[in-house]
Amino acid sequence: MNEDLREHIITLLNSDKRLDGRKPLEYRKPLNIEYGFTKTADGSAKVILGETEVLVGIKMEIGEPYPDRQDEGTIIVGAELIPLSNPNFESGPPGIQAVELARVVDRGIRESSTLDFKKLCIKKGEDIWRVAIDIVTLNDAGNLFDASALGAYAALQNTVFPKFEDGKIIRKEKTTKKLPLKNVPVSVTVCKIGSKFIVDPTSEEEKVIDARLTVASIEDGTLCALQKGGEYALTEEEIAQMLEIGIEKGNELRGALKNG
Amino acid sequence: MVYKKRLDNRGFDEARKIEAKVGVIKKADGSAYFKFGNTWAYAAVYGPRNLFPRFLQDPSKGILRCNYNMMPFSSSEDRVRPGGSRRSKEISRVTAHALLPVLNLDEYPNSVVDVFIELPETEAGSRTAGINAASMALADAGLLMKDLVSSVSVGRVDDKLVVDLDYAEESYPDGPVADIPLAVMPNSGKITLLQMDGLVSKEQLKEVIKMGKKACNQIYEIQKKALKDKYPKHSAGDNNE
Repeated sequence: MNEDLREHIITLLNSDKRLDGRKPLEYRKPLNIEYGFTKTADGSAKVILGETEVLVGIKMEIGEPYPDRQDEGTIIVGAELIPLSNPNFESGPPGIQAVELARVVDRGIRESSTLDFKKLCIKKGEDIWRVAIDIVTLNDAGNLFDASALGAYAALQNTVFPKFEDGKIIRKEKTTKKLPLKNVPVSVTVCKIGSKFIVDPTSEEEKVIDARLTVASIEDGTLCALQKGGEYALTEEEIAQMLEIGIEKGNELRGALKNG
Repeated sequence: MVYKKRLDNRGFDEARKIEAKVGVIKKADGSAYFKFGNTWAYAAVYGPRNLFPRFLQDPSKGILRCNYNMMPFSSSEDRVRPGGSRRSKEISRVTAHALLPVLNLDEYPNSVVDVFIELPETEAGSRTAGINAASMALADAGLLMKDLVSSVSVGRVDDKLVVDLDYAEESYPDGPVADIPLAVMPNSGKITLLQMDGLVSKEQLKEVIKMGKKACNQIYEIQKKALKDKYPKHSAGDNNE
């Protein structure tokens, strides 16, 4: 069945069209970010990308620093592909798809240096802030990578520190202090079907993708994380094209974020 | 001390602000969300669909599976560790038992109806919000139902009987508190969920159940309206379409 779907998608792509009428390098609409959808989180954002909806919530926690980074806080990213959001997802511990998603989002943020981990140190060698970023899918209609990465950054923008006193977090009281963010990393997953490239695949398109490359970049076009997926190989020329597309489309996604 | 006025100024028989919407998760066969103030439950229904592994199948009827889960950032306290707890397992079980009496799954042997309840934000009353959302989602999925299920938690705060306790009331420090989650089939008046923790007399319990049923009737109207809003052409009194 997927073979027929694949042929149909390729035929359409040969005349620059897609199943839902989009151009190959066009993101779905609407692309909306709703900041602060839940008050129980220290920061949160809901991303709506076409029919895909992803929730990201942040809880600030106190932790111990890593032995080799005594004066740095850290982030931890989790992703839950909950069975509410897709009939094919199952309950239980995160599967490989969820783990890859969480790790790719983690690297996009971590490696961009947008968060100054030194500023998340409370007391060297003892207490640090750990920023727990949790991604939960609400409706999986494709392209969870880009929606989740965008939501994770937006949730960071929305985060305020809870009150910290005598070595403990006072959850009932929040401060007005925001996270120190510098760069604006966004991720664009460029997909190859046959000899064509597309962005923002739907669930149907994801079934027939040969290869994908998630390109995380910051405003000046510097790359901060990459992840190739899919069962087929890519040539150097193809990768070069995919990087171009990733950086250019990244600028477009950045436009959906609030400034500052 | 006597509990004279509710901490958030509500009437003693008044639920928090309610918001309900049907058809909120497009991938699902049926879906809804339901809010009591800052407590927010999504529910999605998938099925009837094949049940695997096969040894779970019942050749005489379909089964109902419910899964209640708090999102990691949904507590006003620390992050909730993903993966379920003893508490969420128990709530999943009583939720299924609260919903089963309105369903007829005889037509679906060897199948399962899955109900997934997910909470992005909680502040007391999450299981009752989950049941309300799930009941609407089951109707949205087009399943044969005898009734809806409407749910609210009632209880006692000090000397007063109250409807829909919030977090501050559940942890009221100056007097005894009882928390009584309740679910009702509004048309028959039968009760499908009853739990209680705290201290309460028999007389108080009877009285407060009456208050709960009244609140459930109001919730029932809101649930019906939310369902009709999704299916405007099929509303009662509009059979010409």
